[in-house]
Amino acid sequence: MAIPTNVETTFLLGRLNWDAIPKEPIVAVTFVAVVLGGAAMLALLTKYKLWGYLWNEWFTSVDHKKIGIMYMILGLIMFVRGFADAIMMRLQQAIAFNGSEGYLNAHHYDQIFTAHGVIMIFFVAMPFVTGLMNYIVPLQIGARDVSFPFLNNFSFWMTVGGAVIVMASLFVGEFAQTGWLAFPPLSGIAYSPWVGVDYYIWGLQVAGVGTTLSGINLMVTILKMRAPGMTMMKMPVFTWTSFCTNILIVASFPVLTMTLILLTLDRYLGTNFFTNDLGGSPMMYINLIWIWGHPEVYILILPLFGVFSEVTSTFSGKRLFGYTSMVYATVCITVLSYLVWLHHFFTMGSGASVNSFFGITTMIISIPTGAKLFNWLFTMYHGRVRLELPMMWTIAFMLTFTIGGMTGVLLAVPPADFVLHNSLFLIAHFHNVIIGGVLFGLFAAINFWWPKAFGFKLNQFWGKVSFWCWVVGFWVAFMPLYILGLMGVTRRMRVFDDPDLQIWFIVAAFGAVLIAAGIGAMFVQFGVSIWKRNDPAYRDVTGDPWNGRTLEWATSSPPPSYNFAFTPVIHGLDAWAEMKEAGASRPKADYIPIHMPRYTGSGVIIAGLCTVFGMAMIWYIWWLAVVSFLAVVGYSIYHTFNYDRDYYVPADEVREVEIARDRQLAKGV
Amino acid sequence: MSYVCRGPDPLGGGPIYTPPHATSSGEVTAHMRILPRLARFIALAPAFLALSACKLEVLKPSGDIAERQKDLLLASTGLMLLIIIPVMAMVVWFTWRYRASNKAATYKPDWDHSTKFELVIWAAPLLIIICLGALTWVGTHLLDPYRPLDRLSATESVPDEDPFRVEVVALDWKWLFIYPEQGVASVNELAVPVNREIEFSLTSSSVMNAFYIPAMAGMIYAMPGMETKLHGVFNNGGEYQGLASHYSGHGFSGMRFKAHALEPAAFDEWVDEARANGGMLDRPKYLELEAPSENVKPMTFAEVDPELFDRAVNMCVEQNKMCMAEMMALDDQGGTGLAGTINMAQLTYDKNIRRGLARPVFGQEPFMVTSFCTPADSVKMFADLRQSQPVVRVDQTPMRGIALPRPENRLGIGMPRLIQDARHPTAVEPQL
Repeated sequence: MAIPTNVETTFLLGRLNWDAIPKEPIVAVTFVAVVLGGAAMLALLTKYKLWGYLWNEWFTSVDHKKIGIMYMILGLIMFVRGFADAIMMRLQQAIAFNGSEGYLNAHHYDQIFTAHGVIMIFFVAMPFVTGLMNYIVPLQIGARDVSFPFLNNFSFWMTVGGAVIVMASLFVGEFAQTGWLAFPPLSGIAYSPWVGVDYYIWGLQVAGVGTTLSGINLMVTILKMRAPGMTMMKMPVFTWTSFCTNILIVASFPVLTMTLILLTLDRYLGTNFFTNDLGGSPMMYINLIWIWGHPEVYILILPLFGVFSEVTSTFSGKRLFGYTSMVYATVCITVLSYLVWLHHFFTMGSGASVNSFFGITTMIISIPTGAKLFNWLFTMYHGRVRLELPMMWTIAFMLTFTIGGMTGVLLAVPPADFVLHNSLFLIAHFHNVIIGGVLFGLFAAINFWWPKAFGFKLNQFWGKVSFWCWVVGFWVAFMPLYILGLMGVTRRMRVFDDPDLQIWFIVAAFGAVLIAAGIGAMFVQFGVSIWKRNDPAYRDVTGDPWNGRTLEWATSSPPPSYNFAFTPVIHGLDAWAEMKEAGASRPKADYIPIHMPRYTGSGVIIAGLCTVFGMAMIWYIWWLAVVSFLAVVGYSIYHTFNYDRDYYVPADEVREVEIARDRQLAKGV
Repeated sequence: MSYVCRGPDPLGGGPIYTPPHATSSGEVTAHMRILPRLARFIALAPAFLALSACKLEVLKPSGDIAERQKDLLLASTGLMLLIIIPVMAMVVWFTWRYRASNKAATYKPDWDHSTKFELVIWAAPLLIIICLGALTWVGTHLLDPYRPLDRLSATESVPDEDPFRVEVVALDWKWLFIYPEQGVASVNELAVPVNREIEFSLTSSSVMNAFYIPAMAGMIYAMPGMETKLHGVFNNGGEYQGLASHYSGHGFSGMRFKAHALEPAAFDEWVDEARANGGMLDRPKYLELEAPSENVKPMTFAEVDPELFDRAVNMCVEQNKMCMAEMMALDDQGGTGLAGTINMAQLTYDKNIRRGLARPVFGQEPFMVTSFCTPADSVKMFADLRQSQPVVRVDQTPMRGIALPRPENRLGIGMPRLIQDARHPTAVEPQL
């Protein structure tokens, strides 16, 4: 597709015109499918009169549990998009040999690998992790909600806004063709003149606001809203890792925001922070973006380390081995993650001393990580390991992640990095840790906490089908990439000239198909489980289907909107396990009214206006940018005059809910 | 009356690039060819796997540096496997041994601490990392790409001669190799003598890239306005793959070349052939060459402007651009003052039209001072100024860049004399 080379703008539409609609057959067909599917969905929603329900019960909800679920749904939808990109890349690389150009031209292919990275990190892994923390953390610390419930709703809708901007680039204009971190000068206006990089910038900026605010929110929640008696060293490990993650978010996302602002100034105002001209330094961008980028990796993995800790100890029927060293290991990783960013560009030619410093700090991170792994191992030691789905994912993680960790340390040895940097070996490495760590952890978490969120367990059979397709598919898809990396094949290639490489790409593509089957099986698993949700084999009436150890299992499944009728008092680690051991029962009288935050639509509206502002900036529609910006400010001020922020759940209502739960418990036993 | 005559760069305007149009017919034919080819490959898969496994260039290199990088890679892997293998074995063993159905296994639900175990689990990785860290420190310093070789191979020391020099410029989307001693140049084809230390000096004309010959040595970035270095040697003659390993735009995939490691006689022959069959690579030709193009066939040049690489690094191949070295020398002496801040065009290196459109939407158009006013104009201007308002004179001695002598820099030669020498009799009034 030709890139429009003019900058002609109209007042009404900026640089948006008919040429901006991609005419490539693949995109056009997708576009038609999305339009038809979207129209069908809207029609169904209207037919079943679900709009009011969605708006009143979900979109405007400030309930951390509902927001958590919405984050997970967002992550799941974007995951399908990101995976579609992955399949397209695998197919292109499997056929672009012997003079064949494959089926994607450079303009399209380069967008796909950029979009794949951006979507998978920012709009899949981040929403999944944030959603998980949102749902679980308040329950684990015995809180009724997060510290700033409205902010939570707003953060979620900002993340959606960012996702909408990135998705819009598929059908209007183009996405960046720069790689997922948009290094200048390539991402500068001189080399990426059209809207692609602007979509990237504004998509990430809008979503970034959401991420930063949700980081502040959860950090404050963990610091200030723990149940009485829960000192820092009595917090569940998942809450600890979430705490460290949110510290990382709060400390590193502003760096990303600022870096992107500087790039925006370069692109819009002609400043020279990162240009080749007038003393600009692209190297500065690369340093800055990785100062955010490396902590980001730990933002993704740390909460999942928490999940593995909870799962291992629950399914081994045992206290977690080495809680204290686990906490210190987490804190060590948090601090060290700021001291390693340069390992992403040893090949830039820093001196040997600088390179070895950053290489060695990187290796040091593997010490606390190794300690964690041993802690999980010794939790299983002398335990009773139940091989339910969450535990299966955890064991698959331990086996996969160790290999990923090993190749990671290899890449931290600068001379080895010189031959492996930017190669498919690197790609295999970080998919090894992100799929093997983050995704496997998420699947463990979904299988583990699904009954808590919805009141019924997930189907075992389809879960196992999904598990095996994923695990085998992962190795089949990424082992060939390790080998190709050792053959000197670099990343982001569209066509190849050495026919001997092709077989490996075909094997990798086959692996991707297996993973697709795993994803399909996962959706079947969800479908079957929802279908049979009232079946006694699926139903969770106890609120504690796995014999859990932490506080979230103390309440019903799904928990009432206020989580706990009475705020629990904590005496030790594994609060719920101790309560069960002590034979503690819930108080059954003297219910009091519960103070709760009221739902508001302001989050949706402000985030929507921010999204419009982003789109207006991308397309140079200045009047709309000004109007939407003023509207954001105006509406935010208007929202501060909304004094109807809270309400009390009457004691009678609490009593009814709790009595219903007692009845349910009695029936279940 | 205007004192500073402003206008667009009169000599500006690089080649205009129109991106290639993908034809839909090409896509259709590609689709149709997939299926039979897939079937053929699945049938031949085992044979192909065996064949291509011999091509692990990173593990079977032909240059001493890559060889030692590989050794370090394997040594590190070995060190880590010391701990990885037991851990993986323990994962499997514990899962089996302590499965819920095995009631014979010990079950201690409250056992959650053991100082001995904790010491081991922190100490074991620590010990491995201490060894690996030492290896890393030494290896990184020994194999620093900037460091001249300390040996040609395990058995040969470096003879007492200058390294063979190659200057590399990453262009959109091809590699330019300049041989300063031979005075020839080539595109997308590298020829070097075997068993001789090679010193690459690298830069880029547009965006970041990375230069990588897996069989010879690790990669290094090539960056615009900067020069990086790479030392390496080929111990075996032959033809090796060379490639771009940092994504640089649409033509990135085709930015590959063959590296020929030749015996001295064969190399001389290659140079002679280049001299006989190529044209001249001067600055205009370079500007023509650096315009984006994809999948460029190898070509050679018989003669090269000896300043070309330095100009490429300093981003002043184009006429009327101030070399960065010169700008830095001026800045070092206090800058060019007011004249420097307004002379944008000579400091604006990116040919904005290179890959698309023009400048940032709110950015100003680069311009430069194309002529100073006559001495009579100046006299009149100052007279006017004095009449209208009193001039507050500030002593700007360190900042009076306009009066600075031109720096003695070989790259300053041939630059338009936009900056006037104060000691020159026709200098303009420095207080301006």
